[in-house]
Amino acid sequence: MPSALQQGLASCHSCGMLSRLPAHARGHCPRCHARLHARKPDSLSRTWALVILAYILYIPANLLPILESRALLTAESDTIMSGILMFWESGSWMIAGLVFIASIVVPLTKLLALTWLLVSVQLKSRRRALQRTQLFRLVEFVGRWSMLDIYVVALTVTLVQVGTLASIEVGPGALAFGAVVVVTMVAAHTFDPRLIWDAAGDARE
Amino acid sequence: MNPDPGNDPTPTLPAPVLASGARLIACRECDLLQYEVALGNHADAHCSRCNSVLYRGTRASLPLMLALMASCAVLLVVSNLFPIAVLEVQGAHVEATLINTVVTVYNQGRELVATLVLLTTIVLPAIEIVCMLYLLVPLALGRIAPDTPAVFRLVLAIHPWSMMEIMLLGVLVTLVKLTDFANIIPGVSLWSFCALIVFFTMAASAFSVRDFWSWVEERETALDMKESLQ
Repeated sequence: MPSALQQGLASCHSCGMLSRLPAHARGHCPRCHARLHARKPDSLSRTWALVILAYILYIPANLLPILESRALLTAESDTIMSGILMFWESGSWMIAGLVFIASIVVPLTKLLALTWLLVSVQLKSRRRALQRTQLFRLVEFVGRWSMLDIYVVALTVTLVQVGTLASIEVGPGALAFGAVVVVTMVAAHTFDPRLIWDAAGDARE
Repeated sequence: MNPDPGNDPTPTLPAPVLASGARLIACRECDLLQYEVALGNHADAHCSRCNSVLYRGTRASLPLMLALMASCAVLLVVSNLFPIAVLEVQGAHVEATLINTVVTVYNQGRELVATLVLLTTIVLPAIEIVCMLYLLVPLALGRIAPDTPAVFRLVLAIHPWSMMEIMLLGVLVTLVKLTDFANIIPGVSLWSFCALIVFFTMAASAFSVRDFWSWVEERETALDMKESLQ
């Protein structure tokens, strides 16, 4: 099965047009002038760097509080997980589930999925290329929904202004968590799914 | 031979067209080379190997895209002028607009988080809408906007970072969460924001990259003909 790379052709990442690009040559798309690459430049090393960074940020994102409330005699801080448990205990099961999926399941899935995709490409695995491509599509699609918790926290601190004796504030965990979302989104963008098929295609020759 | 990357004199040629006249396209996810085929309206072409979307068939006409984008522009302005939710408890009355949400977070010392919210819910969608209007209005008038390719690439690059629909879900979750403690009233902007997201999503799914470039090509040909007749 011919791939564009084998035929000296490259697809524009921006507008999709196919152009002639001999190996290791540089060029620009004749239609939209975007830089042409046969494969996303340094895809594996960039994606690894971002995934590792995201793993590192994942720790403070979950350990540091995302919401801090201070009253006259008490102070309470909530991490993502403790916030979810609070929803659960107060009976809002659906919200607890929603935030759990958006803030815990999705980022972890993205990280594990990207790690697996990277490892499988480095090992030149030929197995289950289609499933890996579908997994990549899932990662790309679902990534942005983790921003949900950031928006909920921002709106909560804006609406709940209970006066000078008490305050609810955005905690430091929010920055780490926002960073995890952004970094994993960029990592999904730097990963070139065609690398999965480059190895799988070799098997047929 | 090591061509200077900044000054490549050889123009990049499009892929060769097949003898049958069919054009080639490569899947963006598995790189398989395939022929383009004619599509009916609203149909999509999928990769025969990995089922990724290769390209979209004709969707919205130019006037419809323009109407959707203009509506989005108006709705975006309205959504930022009025509160999206209002909280009332023990005599206190607090209004939250998108902008004062950003400002509140900023004032609490979380400048980067505030910037993230600002960019993803207001600034980047606004840039996207303005850029689309910048591209489409001249096309509707029979002309081509200067720097169309660059602006087009900008729109495609920032589109994944417009997260208004997630903000909407965030508003709904927050409303449900706080409703136990206080009286929460949806604001005017909540409805305009919903409408904005509906139109924006319609515009995004109605936008076909191929249609766009065919509109540009039509105008280019028409303008070239006018010039050669003068």
